[in-house]
Amino acid sequence: MVVYNKVNENAYYDSVTLMVISSKISVVEGVRHAAVMMGTDHNKEIMKGSNILSAEGEKASASDMIIGLEADNDDVIKEVLAVVDEELQSKTTSDDDVKTKFRTIDMAAKRIGQLNLAVISVPGKYAKNEAMKALNNDLNVLMFSDNVSIEEEVELKEKALEKGLLMMGPDCGTAILNGVALGFANKVSKGKIGIVGASGTGIQEVTTIIDKNNSGITQALGTGGRDLKEAVGGKMMLMELEALKMDSATEVILIVSKPPSEVIMKKIIAAIKDIDKPVVTCFLGGDPSLVDESGALAMETLEDAAHAAVDLANGKEVSKITFTIPTSQVEEYVRKEKEQLKDSQTYIRGLFSGGTLCYESILIMKKKEFNTYSNVALEGKYVLENPDVSKENTMLDMGEDYFTEGLPHPMLDTRLRVARIKEEAKDEKVAVLLLDLVLGYGVHEDPAGDIAPAVKEAKRIAEQNGRYLSVVASICGTDKDPQNIEEQEEKLKEAGIIVMPSNAQATRLASLILEK
Amino acid sequence: MNQVEKVTNLFASDLSIVNIGLEGFHDSVEEQGIESFQLDWRPPAGGNAKLIEILEKLNR
Repeated sequence: MVVYNKVNENAYYDSVTLMVISSKISVVEGVRHAAVMMGTDHNKEIMKGSNILSAEGEKASASDMIIGLEADNDDVIKEVLAVVDEELQSKTTSDDDVKTKFRTIDMAAKRIGQLNLAVISVPGKYAKNEAMKALNNDLNVLMFSDNVSIEEEVELKEKALEKGLLMMGPDCGTAILNGVALGFANKVSKGKIGIVGASGTGIQEVTTIIDKNNSGITQALGTGGRDLKEAVGGKMMLMELEALKMDSATEVILIVSKPPSEVIMKKIIAAIKDIDKPVVTCFLGGDPSLVDESGALAMETLEDAAHAAVDLANGKEVSKITFTIPTSQVEEYVRKEKEQLKDSQTYIRGLFSGGTLCYESILIMKKKEFNTYSNVALEGKYVLENPDVSKENTMLDMGEDYFTEGLPHPMLDTRLRVARIKEEAKDEKVAVLLLDLVLGYGVHEDPAGDIAPAVKEAKRIAEQNGRYLSVVASICGTDKDPQNIEEQEEKLKEAGIIVMPSNAQATRLASLILEK
Repeated sequence: MNQVEKVTNLFASDLSIVNIGLEGFHDSVEEQGIESFQLDWRPPAGGNAKLIEILEKLNR
């Protein structure tokens, strides 16, 4: 075994680029561990922990790139370096256009008069400064970066309000502005529904369901997950509601968020009362009666909220959804799956790439009297002690920090979820796996291409041990997304997965299969 | 001027985006036929925390 480091001085690459290269060199035959990282103190600690940092790498600075690996012999090292070179080379060629010449926001704003939006995804400690520069140049901001302090968030949002600009984020994963999908977002039809959301996959689920129901949106504006915390005071949500209220194209407004504190809820209720358009709310896990006095319609699932908005936009009576496929089909699924399961198989394991979808499933299961352990549990007693080991009924948000440390988000990189799908199949008490598949811009180009073979393997593992494994999924996407949704669905079905029209319906079906 | 007039005007404008960070976001916006400029961004002061702090103070 040889530990080898190569340092490329003054070579900056973003974390996703480096993580993609790291995953490619990790699978080279003869490599024990490998990573390519910028030489920050934090990264050097990670590399030290994996025993791939040598004295050479120790000397690297934050603006240097380190290639670190432990390999069988020198030939393997040569091969790894060739892979890294090839990857970096292809990047340089594809980036070789005149548009990449600006080094600073100030310079870009000065030279390109029409700029109106900055999308920021640099590491958290640099993000606030970049956002402040953007706001000072009269640019609206979508900030994907997290690890930004709440004080910095308040400062940025106050500046944005003072200048009359949007400050979506920090930690804003999704927005659709003027039909353009930003961050992790889907291509959806234009229409009359305006959306304000504190949650990324929450926005994705409602916008795709609206689209699937032949309706469309004006805008889907993000706030970032902490906007409704008392320290931030709902500053961005209130501003965005005001903007949608004034927007003549928006005829119905939909709000998606976890429930805010009482103080913030009062502000939101006051804002809704002041809007002379129908408003639908989906405060996941919140008491619907809390918004009663505002006159808004309170819906408990993302799907119900999306359908309610569509009904209102079409001037129809609002109805709630249980299943949109025929009851006979639901009964058939349940009967067939149950028939193959043993009595001793009693648990569900939900493996999600979308945090809000995970949260929604926990809530629906709870309503069906199934308590589930989770890394994002509703109640302290159901917090999973070790997220690597499932317990009884478990729902995992695999996009949560614990799983994404040093790895891209599971919507981009399916490796962890693929491994976990196979792991859960080994547990003889597991009856059902529940999955989400998120399509759109910014995410994996063929998630089903990885998930379907993993499910086939999981079903084989169960079968080898004399069991059946039921797998239910939903696809969050539209027929206009860059991935072909029909092909994605076909791949899942071909692997024996039951594909339901929404996360809520997938969860309900899973609960019916579990019921004794 | 109305507090949200700039935002409602934005709703009626073509987007012109500067992307700072993950290049995938720049690529997917261009794929949608929208003007996007990828900033050739590097950590300020070579990522040196102390220098950054000094620069921030100078900029205040």
